[in-house]
Amino acid sequence: MKVLSRIYNFLVFGFLYAPILVMIVYSFNATKSRTQFGGFSFRWYTELFQDQVILKSLYISLAVAALSAIIATLIGTLASVGIHAMRGAKRRAYLAVNNIPVTNPDIVTAISMMILFVFFVTRMNGMEMGFGTLLISHITFNIPYVVLSVLPKLRGLNENIFEAAQDLGCPPAKSFLKVVVPQISQGIVTGFIMAFTLSLDDFVISYFNSGSTAQTLPVTIYSMTKRPYSPKINALSTLLFVAVMILLVIVNLRRSGENKKEANH
Amino acid sequence: MNRNSLTKRLVTAPYTFWMLIFVVVPIALVVYYALTDANGRFTMENIMAIVDYKKTFGVSVELALISTAICLLLAYPLAYTISRMKAHRQSTMVMLVMLPMWMNFLIRTYAWMTILENNGLINRFVRMLGGEGFRMINTNGAVVLGMVYNFLPYMILPIYTVLTKIEQSTIEAAQDLGANRAQVFRRILFPMSVPGIISGITMVFVPAVSTFVISKLLGGGKTFLIGDIIENYFLGNTGTVNYNIGASLSLVLMILILLSMAVMNHFDKDETSGGML
Amino acid sequence: MENNRIIELQNISIALGGEQILKDLNLYINDKEFITLLGPSGCGKTTTLRIIAGFLAPDAGKVIFSGRDVTNVPPHKRQVNTIFQRYALFPHLNVFENIAFGLRVQKQKEAEIRETVTQMLALVNLKGFEKRNIQSLSGGQQQRVAIARALAVKPRVLLLDEPLGALDLKLRKDMQVELKNIQQRLGITFIYVTHDQEEALSMSDTIVVMDGGVIQQVGAPIDIYNEPKNAFVADFIGESNILDGVMREDLAAEFAGHRFECLDKGFAQNEPVDVVIRPEDVDVVPVEKGMICGDVTSVTFKGVHFEIIVDVDGFKWMIQTTDYVAPGAHIGIYIEPDAIHIMKKSKYSGLYGDYSTFSDEIEMLSDVNYEKEGDEDEP
Repeated sequence: MKVLSRIYNFLVFGFLYAPILVMIVYSFNATKSRTQFGGFSFRWYTELFQDQVILKSLYISLAVAALSAIIATLIGTLASVGIHAMRGAKRRAYLAVNNIPVTNPDIVTAISMMILFVFFVTRMNGMEMGFGTLLISHITFNIPYVVLSVLPKLRGLNENIFEAAQDLGCPPAKSFLKVVVPQISQGIVTGFIMAFTLSLDDFVISYFNSGSTAQTLPVTIYSMTKRPYSPKINALSTLLFVAVMILLVIVNLRRSGENKKEANH
Repeated sequence: MNRNSLTKRLVTAPYTFWMLIFVVVPIALVVYYALTDANGRFTMENIMAIVDYKKTFGVSVELALISTAICLLLAYPLAYTISRMKAHRQSTMVMLVMLPMWMNFLIRTYAWMTILENNGLINRFVRMLGGEGFRMINTNGAVVLGMVYNFLPYMILPIYTVLTKIEQSTIEAAQDLGANRAQVFRRILFPMSVPGIISGITMVFVPAVSTFVISKLLGGGKTFLIGDIIENYFLGNTGTVNYNIGASLSLVLMILILLSMAVMNHFDKDETSGGML
Repeated sequence: MENNRIIELQNISIALGGEQILKDLNLYINDKEFITLLGPSGCGKTTTLRIIAGFLAPDAGKVIFSGRDVTNVPPHKRQVNTIFQRYALFPHLNVFENIAFGLRVQKQKEAEIRETVTQMLALVNLKGFEKRNIQSLSGGQQQRVAIARALAVKPRVLLLDEPLGALDLKLRKDMQVELKNIQQRLGITFIYVTHDQEEALSMSDTIVVMDGGVIQQVGAPIDIYNEPKNAFVADFIGESNILDGVMREDLAAEFAGHRFECLDKGFAQNEPVDVVIRPEDVDVVPVEKGMICGDVTSVTFKGVHFEIIVDVDGFKWMIQTTDYVAPGAHIGIYIEPDAIHIMKKSKYSGLYGDYSTFSDEIEMLSDVNYEKEGDEDEP
């Protein structure tokens, strides 16, 4: 039984990683063939870094991810505090609305916002879809995830510490920053990271709401898949994969470090 | 009166404003567009137009259901074996499951194009063995494969999460009371993992039924899903763009998903969801 | 006396979640006294404390602090500090920083802060704990840090909300003594909230007994114990036999089918009254010497004394005696005039009967309920 389950696990993981492996191998292919390996080379990496379209969309992706994550974290964290204090029907209504972008298919969220932008923005003052609409749409689908990661932390909080700080002479806003925020910081950071990665990873919503001037990296990749095959995509994917792996390793090392620190006390 | 109630109202103000304008109003606009014609007059025509697309809806639901079922069958044994491993191995395995998810799904789907192509790796391998290559890309099968590949982790993680919460002693107690392997699964493991299975099914079915990228890349324009039709009505050529029909299709898709989620939640009476968060 | 008042609550009313918690409450608190708000869960004691601290604003009425109306002053500008039920220490700060929190808010100089914190740590016997993490402390130590943190900002009034509720019995007794010492040494006002009558009796200068959002009685512990105003106070503080009686004339009350001499007067002739007799004030005597007679139904050894239940014509008395009496024995009961306390009839009359259903277990169960509901007491 043990052997069988090992083989099974191996097969499933093989299925998950085979395509990634293929991409990595072919990113170093010297020829343009999709199938024939014509020797090792960095050719596609050099070409990648000369491709202005890709570099620009990478920049836009990072900018929109960072900005939308920061704004969503601010709005979402403050809102969580308010929602946490709500009771009954009001609370249920807020949570229901919060869940709309989470549960709706991306394409529905995407076209609903596109309709809004077309309806108001372009019709009213002839503005174009672009970075602004892209940013707004990303903030919108990020906010609910921030709320969902901060709310549980507030639930675990000793309500009295906010009062205790005020009791010791600290004004309410400052008390919130000095004693509540440190307590829920883990939830805030998780929310921020989720918002950032979701934004970076998003294709569908950006595809409908970015127009032609502010294409994110996934949108650019999508348009590349429609054009004749270029191993540049492989090179790009490999770099992204390595970046993600390094990030995950760092996060995990930090986490185990924190665990050790806690265990020492 | 609680002194902080005013501040609490103030902190939700930006959120309330934002969600109202960018979530609630857009959904209302979808409904509005679905029920009006190009001149803004009320009409049921867009909704009726769905009849023309009942085959597309059928194919979308069918492929999504097949993919969801395959994901469930593949994921459960894996999730179970991971949940019974030692703690530090568990976290490594979970990371291995999550790692591919961190790659953009366009890239992952694109990778399969390379493999499935007529002159792709598999066919080359088959021909090398002396067989005859067969057509894989641009079939419904390829679309299903793409869905399973992309969404499998979304099934593994929630099931794993609920399974780790089942203590080994619970299983041992059942065995102690005379239950065999099949009975342990049927009477203990499965009922206790229902919340995870449910959130897994939703997390796979919803993106699968609404995708348009996977069908475009791996179906090669041969497989038309409801997502493709919607995309075409919003971003197609000038002649084909029609927000009204697009909105009505989206509305139907949204209702379809809401209904299926309501049905799913009915099975999950405990309201405990084993989400991945 | 007037100048001595540090806090005055005038006609305070408040409703929370649609429920009237306090009804037209008036209370004066003297400077430097140890005053305890005592009552069962939901009696409004915690709400009163939160109004004084400023976390709640009353719907009607005023809070006066040393002659100044502070009803609308927010908590961070009040010269009162609170020890919270579950301490509410800041988990992300160490012991030193917790105690220094209020001083840093005041932007005191580092040297001053260091000196005050050291002083406070000495006061609560936690020298050398500066760098310790809050989570690494025991419940009792956390309690001490909470006290030090509140006292560091030199409040004129310290509010304590069931501060010892989470500690075990032994530690609780030690902390009671220590709190009382600290209060006397620093000479500041303590307003203490508890549902534990023993704690209230042993620590307080003044006890305020509350029930249903209304003050039932204010007085020194001895007065509250010896001269409860109504059946509620008599039952809540200590053990008591509460009987229906009639005041025949001054210094003479009739109850349990017998006319007793007593020290109370000023009632109307033949006025129905409640009579309180503490279990320790009843003497067990031979039948022929007894004023009334009864049968012993149960005997429990309590260490210092025996607790016996005696059935007198269907009314079960509780008597504490140092002499052993056998269960089933027929005994006489003798009550001195000064052991009898006469109270006016109130809405609580008849609610607290005899000891026919009494058992330690039930007492314990109801204690547990208090603690649980105590949490809901704070809105």
